[in-house]
Amino acid sequence: MPRSFTRKFSVNHKSIAYMLLGVLVLFAFLLGTSIGTVSVPPLDVARIILGKIVPGIRVEQVDTMYMNIVWDIRLPRVVLSGLVGASLAIAGAAFQGLLRNPLADPYTLGVSSGASVGAVVTIFFGLSLPFLGSFTLPLLSIAASFATIFIVLIFAQRIDRAMRVETIILTGVIFSAFLGALISLMIALTGDELRQIIGWLLGSVSMRRWEHVQIILPFFAIGSILLLLHVKELNAMSFGEEQAQHLGVNVQRKKMGVLIAGSILTGAAVAVSGTIGFVGLVIPHFVRLLWGPDHTHLLPLSVLAGGSFLIFADLIARTIIAPSELPIGVMTALIGAPVFALILMKNRLERRG
Amino acid sequence: MIKVRHVSGGYTNELILKDVSFDVKKGELFGIIGPNGSGKTTLLKMISHILPARSGEIAIKGKPLSTYSAKELARCVAVLPQNIVQTFSYSAKETVSLGRYAHQSGLWQTFSDEDERVVQAVMEQTGIKQYENEPIDKLSGGERQRVFLAQALAQNPEILLLDEPTNHLDLAYQKELLDVLKTWTRKNHLTVVSIFHDLNLAGLYCDRLLLLNDGKLTVCGTPDDVLKKSRIEEVYHATIEKHPHPEVPKPQMMIVPHEETDDREVVVRENLLDVTTERIVLESPQPLRTMSSGVTGSGVGWHRVFVNRHVSEDYDCIDHHQEMVDYLKRNGFYPNHTVAMMTAVELTNVSYRYYEGDGFSVLIVVTASIGNATDASVGKTDRSGFQPGTINLWVFINGKLQDEAFIQCIMTTTEAKAKALQAMEIKDQETNTQATGTPTDSILIAATQRGQILPHAGTATPLGRLVGKGVFQCTKQAIKNNFNRRDAQK
Repeated sequence: MPRSFTRKFSVNHKSIAYMLLGVLVLFAFLLGTSIGTVSVPPLDVARIILGKIVPGIRVEQVDTMYMNIVWDIRLPRVVLSGLVGASLAIAGAAFQGLLRNPLADPYTLGVSSGASVGAVVTIFFGLSLPFLGSFTLPLLSIAASFATIFIVLIFAQRIDRAMRVETIILTGVIFSAFLGALISLMIALTGDELRQIIGWLLGSVSMRRWEHVQIILPFFAIGSILLLLHVKELNAMSFGEEQAQHLGVNVQRKKMGVLIAGSILTGAAVAVSGTIGFVGLVIPHFVRLLWGPDHTHLLPLSVLAGGSFLIFADLIARTIIAPSELPIGVMTALIGAPVFALILMKNRLERRG
Repeated sequence: MIKVRHVSGGYTNELILKDVSFDVKKGELFGIIGPNGSGKTTLLKMISHILPARSGEIAIKGKPLSTYSAKELARCVAVLPQNIVQTFSYSAKETVSLGRYAHQSGLWQTFSDEDERVVQAVMEQTGIKQYENEPIDKLSGGERQRVFLAQALAQNPEILLLDEPTNHLDLAYQKELLDVLKTWTRKNHLTVVSIFHDLNLAGLYCDRLLLLNDGKLTVCGTPDDVLKKSRIEEVYHATIEKHPHPEVPKPQMMIVPHEETDDREVVVRENLLDVTTERIVLESPQPLRTMSSGVTGSGVGWHRVFVNRHVSEDYDCIDHHQEMVDYLKRNGFYPNHTVAMMTAVELTNVSYRYYEGDGFSVLIVVTASIGNATDASVGKTDRSGFQPGTINLWVFINGKLQDEAFIQCIMTTTEAKAKALQAMEIKDQETNTQATGTPTDSILIAATQRGQILPHAGTATPLGRLVGKGVFQCTKQAIKNNFNRRDAQK
């Protein structure tokens, strides 16, 4: 029987997948921190990171300028893009499984639109809350995204007590459209902040500091662990909610769990980096294509693949036309789309055999 | 095992199911039948707790359904629905393994050795082991059905609910699946509740049936009680005929197609007869319903061609059926469409006559030689003096006969034949008593099944009187013809 060689080979070699992607993440980290206007040798990067993390290792022989560039500028940026990529990819994988819709992504439910409204309002009105300063935007954005998912779910439940996925998707689409219109309205009315708003909407991880990492990290940890606790249920729900219930899944509760966990991840990611497209849609497909649809492995592998993908995308976005930077959201689609198309085509051809 | 009491409900405010009550016993194969939209699937969804009942109560193993947790219920009840969504291509084994979900516990729900053992066992049982690593979207409909059956069985259920399980399966798999289910109910005391579209399959395999119509329970009982012709016709709004299964004591229903009124009136009469020295052939423009003891086309059936073939007096063949089939093929007849008989009589001695009754008519065709005439009350014991001699009786009726009329027709014909032999004073030469026939006589009753319905053919009915008179006259004439011919030859 003609079968995709990649699939057949890798089904029995999941550990190879983890190793491969693990190495890729490490590689992305090293490259992301060492390449830039000032090039830092990877060995020094490793020394700096180890010296900062592990007490007792001394890093006197490293240049303090390197130290500042790596630790204060590049590393937070790389860690942040890794976390954002991972959050979006795992949330996308979970939403696609739950909604049984390959076109679903973390933004389907309107969470990103909510977060965007929060951010755009902050920029538009030049808000700055006391004690928060420059963190007003990410925190308001997170608050707005949570408010959105809350309203979407209540709304969906009002329409259809069973909350079938069709209803949820439809509700998400309606809210996205409405919130999108609000954003467009503010863009149309704004003058000076236009560039700032557009820049944020296109997504960016530049000028991010450790504080941003601190914002997303807890949400990433909670959301991911919550999703990883739902892998069996996601597998069951891939066969439809009724079938999942036949198999013994408490569909209502587990569905809510997945929706909330995915929204936490998405909301936090959008809040710190803007709406970066493509990662949440394509990375899960990519992983599924190579290693199968079993969520037990799909979710963790998506974390690794999404993280490294976004680090690489950011690296290219900031180096390709240096000293200027491209928006990272543009980059993800520019690299991701052709690569994905190629894999898809190759896979189809192999299947036809 | 399952107790359903006064259950009503549906998807919206409109009630699909109305006040349904029944019980299913442990180890029973219980069938749910009914026309489309009668609420079969709704009922099954209520038993599997997908759909809450608006009113009434369902209890499983004596415990109300609403008190079960999802996992608890899944350990007891497994479901094989009609359609299962497949968005992603899981492998067959991954799919089956999901059946163990309800048996796993703890935060990370690890797959235990016991789980693996059960999964291997059910894959073996359902014969899907050889493609355990294939993605399910690459499997055929029947294979996929078995993967999902294996998934349901991996739940280790006491009750299995099936929604038209034979839907995607070809004939062999249908039988295989139902045979397996039947065995499981007997051996492992699995309780099976299944929706059937096919009344005959339901009747064959189920211990009891529930007939739903318009959301209400019409009847619940053994297949024989439920599958009554009039009831099924009323519920399904279709004309059907009921017959016993030829091998097992279960009823089978046949659909009677609604035919556009055929203007061509078929009348079988003497002008259709073709008599040669070789054979007598009657080809009807339409198939006729027959009951006969011919060499081919015997028993009950539909046949279009009727052959009475001349064989020499020393014809002797062990497999005369096969020889006749070959003969028919050689001469351009389809054996499956043909009732064929044989005789050593000169075929030109045939006697036939067309009789008109009131709204029906009868054609009688008889070939007779009485060289071997026998008294049926004594029988033939000594075969040494065996002489060829056979009376072949054909009775064609232009009318619509029920089964009892066919049988009465055979009786009337036989009695008239015996009377003709008596009138001709034919004796059994061995016993010198009154002969009633010959040991090799054959009979054919064939009816067009159009026109007037003739419910009976006893000797007191118009049909019986006409057939009796005709057979008597024609048999006498045929015997006379034979005598005359012999005399002439001498």
